[in-house]
Amino acid sequence: MSGARDTILGSIRKSLKRGPLSAEQAARLEHRLKTPRANVIPARARVSGRRRTDLFVDEAERVSTTVARVADAAGVPGAIASYLAEHNLPATLKVAPDPALKTIPWSEKPVLSVVEGRGEDGDAVSVTGAFAGVAETGTLVLLSGPEHPSTLNLLPETHIVVLRRDHLVGSYEDAWALLRVMGRGMPRTVTMVTGPSRTADIEQTLQLGAHGPRRLHIVLIGGAEDDAE
Amino acid sequence: MQITTPSFKDNARRALGDSDLRRALDNMKTGFVGKRLLAVERLPEFDALRDDARDIKEHVLENLDAYLERFEARVKEQGGQVHWCRDADEARRVMLEICRDAGARTVTKSKSMIGEEIAINEHLEANGIEPVETDLGEYIIQLRREPPSHIIAPAIHLSKEQVADAFRQKHGQFPGDRPLDEPRALVDEARAVLRQRYFDADVGITGANMLVAETGSVVIVTNEGNADLTMTLPPVHIVLASIEKVVPTLEDAATILRVLARSATGQEMSVYTTFCTGPRRSGDADGPEAFHVVLLDNGRSALLGGEFHDILRCIRCGACLNHCPVYSAIGGHAYGWVYPGPMGAVLTPGLIGLEQAADLPNATTFCGKCEEVCPMRIPLPKMMRYWRDREFEARLTPTLSRLGLAAWTFLALRPALYRVATGLVIGILGALGRNRGRFRRLPLAGGWTAARDLPAPQGRTFMRLWAQRRRGRP
Repeated sequence: MSGARDTILGSIRKSLKRGPLSAEQAARLEHRLKTPRANVIPARARVSGRRRTDLFVDEAERVSTTVARVADAAGVPGAIASYLAEHNLPATLKVAPDPALKTIPWSEKPVLSVVEGRGEDGDAVSVTGAFAGVAETGTLVLLSGPEHPSTLNLLPETHIVVLRRDHLVGSYEDAWALLRVMGRGMPRTVTMVTGPSRTADIEQTLQLGAHGPRRLHIVLIGGAEDDAE
Repeated sequence: MQITTPSFKDNARRALGDSDLRRALDNMKTGFVGKRLLAVERLPEFDALRDDARDIKEHVLENLDAYLERFEARVKEQGGQVHWCRDADEARRVMLEICRDAGARTVTKSKSMIGEEIAINEHLEANGIEPVETDLGEYIIQLRREPPSHIIAPAIHLSKEQVADAFRQKHGQFPGDRPLDEPRALVDEARAVLRQRYFDADVGITGANMLVAETGSVVIVTNEGNADLTMTLPPVHIVLASIEKVVPTLEDAATILRVLARSATGQEMSVYTTFCTGPRRSGDADGPEAFHVVLLDNGRSALLGGEFHDILRCIRCGACLNHCPVYSAIGGHAYGWVYPGPMGAVLTPGLIGLEQAADLPNATTFCGKCEEVCPMRIPLPKMMRYWRDREFEARLTPTLSRLGLAAWTFLALRPALYRVATGLVIGILGALGRNRGRFRRLPLAGGWTAARDLPAPQGRTFMRLWAQRRRGRP
């Protein structure tokens, strides 16, 4: 298809009435790509501390995500068990093989049966971590990888995300900055999830749970107290 | 896809008489239009973001060749492949070949307008491969074997009863008397049927909302999660994208995302926005083994730099459709091809030729609402006027209109004669219409008076009133 490639690039240049970019112009583009610059960031995203947490929770709840707040990892099994009981959901969890989730004392709630692995059809409830939570729109940023199979975000009816409060950021740009600091490039997928799956394709009436999870629940660690920052 | 654009006027007349369609389109006002307004009111920076979004895309278009090369290089570095395709035929051929190499029998698809543009489903079917649409609206119209009527809500023209009928007819695996009265039941049934199809598929085909040159990522936005399942479960992922979708950086993508969902559905953010970069990595438990990007031109590079350049900024949010009085009256099918509404009236003649689409740039009231709501600030009415100019030059404008325009030009170039003639006409019409105060029929204006009355003039022309006022007489 090199013929097609040359034709298309040639046609673009012909329409723009120029040849290939000069070395200097190309260097300018390269510089723009190497030093990404933020555009306008909404004021609402530029918050920190407790206000950021509150914004994240408010925005998440606006899109039908539910949020429970616990003081530390030890509180997670209890929060999950009561969420499942409240919604009459099975207590069998498919948990992501994430080192951070391994520190959770699951055995303290024997009612929970925990299996590690990727998501499969028929899984009722999955538990994963999250790379970040973006307060601006209550959005979770999930990276695929060995410790986070992306099928866990999609196949189960209920997706529970364990998120540390210090992983909350204000804007999408903040999340990109974190990703760059990590220095591992882009994983296969970076998925920004804002609420449970939905559709309004039938008469514009909103229905949750189109193809992905019907429920999205966040257990926010460190969200209960500590106003400092 | 069969093009019925040349019979636009008949299509529109038929649509106007369709009461089911009326009811369905009325949902749009409370849905898309009202929700967009609320979302915009919640974000004081919305207009500033629109300016940034426009500038980003404008910068890209001016450097499109360089950004595409950069994007291609990044995709290859991550183990993906890029296929450049000049036209629909090349794209169909490339995609069929990838599917055949994968030994594909079924492919799942997430909604892609470019897929409609190149009629990929028909091509796969003709070659023994079954395409399965997974976006709920697109799945419904696939069952009914009809084209989409809206670029983000393909089944917006249908009632839930029509959807239920389609499901009863095509989902023979369920008892015939099951209740399907509520949208919930319909969504659940589609979910159950399609879930299995995801697992059976050999190839997943998605569109792309953006391509990121910085990272070689493809950005795909859905609310249902269907694109994520489509790109994750089958062993091969094909992305079908047109060349103008590229943006420089992740930051630029974020800016466009902030205006996209708000303009489209009034959401702050769509539910799933996935940046997909190459195939499965070592150690990954899921994801495709192969990742292909099909880059389609299909006439776009020729639009660059000319009168219709600005339409290439379009991000397919559908706001111009939702706010268009013409689209709201006739729906999308009347436009006769893939892209309806104002953006379609500008883009369609550029892609299928003005001869076939000559009616579309005339299907407008020039109310300007489309430009007002466009997140990319595309001057849609101006470009419809450009097409009209070209129609006139190409003698595509109907004879009666040409004669009318010629007569008007003759008068307009002779101000004295113009004033006498209009004074005469106004005087006569004023005298004739004095009793009724309106005309129900007028010679040469049958099209205008068919749907409304012409108010009778009050006896004096604007020019004369103006002259009198300047002389200080009422």
